[in-house]
Amino acid sequence: MTSANPSLAPLAPAAEPSAFAEISQETLALTRRLFLQLQRRPTTLVAGVLQPLIWLILFGALFANAPAGLLPGGGGYGQFLGAGVIVFTAFSAALNAGLPVMFDREFGFLNRLLVAPLRSRSSIVLASVLYITSLSLVQSLAIMVTAALLGYGWPSGAGLLLVLATLLLLVFAVTALSLGLAFALPGHIELIAVIFVANLPLLFASTALAPLSFMPTWLSWLASLNPLTFAIEPIRAAYGGPVGFSTVVLEAPYGQLSLGTCLAVLTLLALGLFVAIRPLLDRKLN
Amino acid sequence: MIELEHLSKCYGGGKAQTKPATAGQDRQKPDQPGDQAPKLAVGIQALNDFSLSIEGGCLYGLLGPNGAGKTTALRILCTLLAPDSGSVTVAGVDALANPRAARRLLGYVAQEVAIDKILTGRELLQLQAALYHLPNAVRDRRIAELCELMGMAAWIDRRCGSYSGGMRRRLDLAAGLLHRPRLLVLDEPTVGLDIESRAAIWQVLRELRNQGTTVLLSSHYLEEVDALADRLAIIESGRVIAEGAPAALKASLGGDRVTLRVREFSDEPEALRVQQLLRACAGVRQVVVNRAQGFSLNLVVEHEGVIEQLRRQLGEADLPVFALAQSRPSLDDVYLQATGRTLNDAELALAGIRDTKAERKQNMR
Repeated sequence: MTSANPSLAPLAPAAEPSAFAEISQETLALTRRLFLQLQRRPTTLVAGVLQPLIWLILFGALFANAPAGLLPGGGGYGQFLGAGVIVFTAFSAALNAGLPVMFDREFGFLNRLLVAPLRSRSSIVLASVLYITSLSLVQSLAIMVTAALLGYGWPSGAGLLLVLATLLLLVFAVTALSLGLAFALPGHIELIAVIFVANLPLLFASTALAPLSFMPTWLSWLASLNPLTFAIEPIRAAYGGPVGFSTVVLEAPYGQLSLGTCLAVLTLLALGLFVAIRPLLDRKLN
Repeated sequence: MIELEHLSKCYGGGKAQTKPATAGQDRQKPDQPGDQAPKLAVGIQALNDFSLSIEGGCLYGLLGPNGAGKTTALRILCTLLAPDSGSVTVAGVDALANPRAARRLLGYVAQEVAIDKILTGRELLQLQAALYHLPNAVRDRRIAELCELMGMAAWIDRRCGSYSGGMRRRLDLAAGLLHRPRLLVLDEPTVGLDIESRAAIWQVLRELRNQGTTVLLSSHYLEEVDALADRLAIIESGRVIAEGAPAALKASLGGDRVTLRVREFSDEPEALRVQQLLRACAGVRQVVVNRAQGFSLNLVVEHEGVIEQLRRQLGEADLPVFALAQSRPSLDDVYLQATGRTLNDAELALAGIRDTKAERKQNMR
């Protein structure tokens, strides 16, 4: 009977393969699902490139006739704005990281994952991080290429690496935040509301659109504490020319910020946020 | 194969210490006015000292109205929900202490089918296979086998968003079977399905059982449990109130059920008169006037001979017989005997007090 129709007989448990093999199998499969969704519904990708592109073109044009030498470090407004829009692109994309997870929670797909003998539930988080990181890097690169075509410059070899490293750190930090929100908030309406509210104020209260010297004191304080600024200034410096870790990238009200400090702060922020959401994820996923 | 012992689970604001006894009573007497307010305050006692033991290789049914605690019990068994107290053992594995080992043994087909609409059926099965760590060769063979078994070949490469309810359920069943679990758990597997899909799923479940898989399903359809299950447990208010093989449970009630109509539409005085007459007969029990069914009479007779006796007595009293139907006790009678109401009435009563929105929130992780 069993040999006549083998498909229904229960399977004896086999020897356990290595943890690494199992975790990568789970993570790859979950990541593949997210990319299949993106491939079949590319709206997110297109909108994520289109929005910063409009910023770049419209905002760049807005101050096209500003007197030369208005901005610190010389150069036109478009070049100044470029770094800001690149960071904004990566930031907005990463802020949406929680949405697919939230939909899986709401529609019960997460239960399908939780009832499976995953070697580690971190695979679910890892897949989201992989997906969002590649998505936001692709979007940022698209903006960088456009900025270069508009004549706003392109970083040199080492500068390009610096840009990528800075973006990665920011994306990790924001992804952690968004995933935390996806498990803490009751539904996607609330998550979208938080994303909506957080997005623009963080952009305006940073050095993305204007230098600190244009701002009243209170705003310049806010802007020089804003994590986005810590990502924008290194990238701006990388576009400006050769830099080192000790190069001062921002004259903040509380003192000079070096490139190394900016990167260290972003690293700490990313690590800190992942540590902070860990208990929440453990509770929700176990 | 499965041992569930003394499970308790309280939902909502009630943390464990809020008077669970009160909540339980509220659910048993939902028709008392004014009893509904405390429910919100104390939370819902979904399971109350729930114990169940299921042997390997059988097809086991959990029967009870919606809201009786079936889904909660199955979710706890499948490690999706932690009980407030109690123990869960699956094939010797303590599922609370070692959930991953338990998850490997079981396949779970949830009540609300969660399917990624953008993926095709095949891609969903491939994802599922990776989550259970099947090698690709095994995966592809299993998918081909299950496609044939469930008749999915024609549409497996279409996106799930275009599937009908029956197709989704079949795909979900295939997903649950992909890793060849020793235990398959199905929550209301045929709710809302067309007859054809339902028959196909029944057939698969029977074959599974015949080949050694333990199948546990919940249902609020009497006929489904009656037709499928080797054994069943009746669940009411978070407890098991009767347990056994369907035939044995029915036989234990004894007697035959008789429905008698003296006219197509009788009236109350006449029905009461007939009731008096029948009560006087030897071998007749529980004569009830059924007002909802045109004042017909429901009664239980001890043995065959009583029917002849009844006809004679009615004839002597000059009463006609419009219809006289006799049947063996059904599962509905078992349910009625155990709970004091029919499954249908229990359903209606619980539908009024159930907060499905809150339950959905509870199930969200």
